Amino acid sequence: MSDYPPVVTIPIGPQHPALKEPESFMIDLRGEKIDAVRMRFGYNHRGIEKGCEQRSYTQDLYLVERVCGICSFSHSTAFVMAVEEIAGLQIPPRAKYIRTIIAELERVHSHLLWLGVAGHEVGFDTLLMYTWRDREQVMILLTQLTGNRVNYAMNTVGGVRRDITAEQIPDILKVVDSLEERTKYYIDLALREETLIKRLAGVGKLSKEDAIRLGTLGPTARASGVDRDTRRDDPYLAYPEVEFKVVTDDHCDVYGRVIVRMGELMQTYSILRQLVKQIPAGDITVKAPRRIPEGEAFSRYEAPRGEDVHYVRGNGTEKPERVKVRAPTLGNIASVAKMLEDGYLADLPIVIAAIDPCFSCTDRMVGVTDLAGGDHRTMGWEEVSRYGIEWHKARGLDLSRLRIPGGIGA
Amino acid sequence: MSALLAALNILVFPGLVFVLVLGLAGQFVDRKLHARLQNRVGPPWFQPVADLFKLLGKEAVVPEEADRRMFVMAPVFALAAAIAAFLYVPLWNARPVFSFDYDLVVVLYLLLIPTLTFFLGGWYSRSVFSTIGAVRSITQLFAYEIPLLVGLLSPALLADTWSISGMAAFYQAHPWYWLVNLIGFGVCLVSLLGKLERVPFDAPEAETEIVAGSFTEYSGRYLALFRMAVDTEAIVASSLMAAVFLPFGLGLPAWLGFLVYLAKVGAILFALALLRTVFARLRIDQIVDFCWRWVAPIAFLQVIIDLVAKEFLPR
Repeated sequence: MSDYPPVVTIPIGPQHPALKEPESFMIDLRGEKIDAVRMRFGYNHRGIEKGCEQRSYTQDLYLVERVCGICSFSHSTAFVMAVEEIAGLQIPPRAKYIRTIIAELERVHSHLLWLGVAGHEVGFDTLLMYTWRDREQVMILLTQLTGNRVNYAMNTVGGVRRDITAEQIPDILKVVDSLEERTKYYIDLALREETLIKRLAGVGKLSKEDAIRLGTLGPTARASGVDRDTRRDDPYLAYPEVEFKVVTDDHCDVYGRVIVRMGELMQTYSILRQLVKQIPAGDITVKAPRRIPEGEAFSRYEAPRGEDVHYVRGNGTEKPERVKVRAPTLGNIASVAKMLEDGYLADLPIVIAAIDPCFSCTDRMVGVTDLAGGDHRTMGWEEVSRYGIEWHKARGLDLSRLRIPGGIGA
Repeated sequence: MSALLAALNILVFPGLVFVLVLGLAGQFVDRKLHARLQNRVGPPWFQPVADLFKLLGKEAVVPEEADRRMFVMAPVFALAAAIAAFLYVPLWNARPVFSFDYDLVVVLYLLLIPTLTFFLGGWYSRSVFSTIGAVRSITQLFAYEIPLLVGLLSPALLADTWSISGMAAFYQAHPWYWLVNLIGFGVCLVSLLGKLERVPFDAPEAETEIVAGSFTEYSGRYLALFRMAVDTEAIVASSLMAAVFLPFGLGLPAWLGFLVYLAKVGAILFALALLRTVFARLRIDQIVDFCWRWVAPIAFLQVIIDLVAKEFLPR
């Protein structure tokens, strides 16, 4: 390809119709082929981890739920499981089942949403319209069960906040039946629709070795033949009591990722049926202490996008000492550059979308680049503070004597 | 008096005003059908008009880097060429407003101009997205234009005339001969999707990759003109295909013939909407590959069929 001397750099993002969240990909193109990709994140850092340290555990639950707009229940459950482990709480079996039901319903809505987005990225908007219409059923069901469409607020330290009544069980089964039919239709479509296969097969290749080496997670890893699923490998909630298969595929491309996610949906419907059948009677919550004792815990949770990891350290007060969130996208993002190697510009949106990215959940810092100078350096907290004081001093305002109680320099 | 009549023909009917109204109606039909096929509600009937007036009223920004003259002229040329082509296409009888030998070639030439203006407008916008969209437009032109030309010329071979009205008259005299050209009709439908830059051939304006391709930097009235040009192009090309491939009902009284004409154009618009609903967008290399491997050979097959038919069918 070296007989195309001019390299065109095109900016995909931070604002671009292909991206649902702000992030930046600078693409060097030779003709239609990608020469190099430079990724930059940090456009949507919200300081949630820091915010958690300043709030009580109960408040944190609702804050952590807002890490992600799609797998909200994953984050709140991973967090609350860690807190319960520190406090030594055993939640009632019924609460475990209810949490698992909501978790699996969330997987249904997340995977259907992803399929629609994938369709949109390859210009197949009809698929987007169909899947999102079907997804509405599970959204309505979740609203019925929890009172909310996205941030369910079901979890509380020591159990769940709402019970699933006997009348709601047939509603769940009805939605599961109807969506199973639809999913079969989409699997059939994915296996037979020519233009769709043309756009997905062989795109975004990631070998099994690379998938392991780059630390990919969830469906992205399973589509490269890595047999890894936290629900089976390190069971939590009610997963030890249900039967399911971990779906893997060895296409190693975007097409494989579609097959894995659709296969997972079929497994999820079977899990939901078992859960609804086996759900035990009893309390839905145990009394939890307001102050969580000293200690630390690490919880793993198979979110729709991959393994979600939360670390919590308690210090005997009602606020945590430290909360650390590792969203699944962070594990998958390193593989995107590998997948894009030698690809086409046209495949870029679907390759990025195929890891089902959630960049806002991943952002942990803000980088500011001075475009005029091109100067790139990292400033610590002390340095930022000093810079701010100097900046104001130069403008005739001396803040160096100011002391903020509990703040820097106090 | 004839100058006045010609002016009336060009400006009102079946020229500017008529084709603009028909273009907007066509856009509505396409959007509504597309929406219904996707299980959506779709826009109300006046939506294309509302969109047009909204765009006309908005600020039109010309990028500082852009070549101002080319940037502004491109949409005007696109619309003018599409409307001019309409004057040579017969609607409900075998007589268009203007007609001469070889006018089929002129219409095809005029229909080529909008694509060239997409390229020029995008190229002179000087934005990376526009530039890539422009290059893709011109690449795609080489993919679909030959099959489209060959597909449209093969009925002319059978009729042994290169004038559209002559062809219409020939097929009117031999009512069932149009069945010979059905393959060519399919080829032209597919090529037309490429010309109108619709899914699966919408790589030149692929939203998720290059924003809006050539039209990325366009806004306000210039964008309105470009959109109008695309709508008009759809109507002109559909009318041309109706005249060439579906030449029946031409001897009817004017009002009935007009309804038959609308039904034909509606059917072609429906086929276009259906095709763009059921496919995913192809990559530009896949488009070129598909057009040359499948569409072009099938178009040449149609030529052979017509040459054979010309020998053996009674004239």
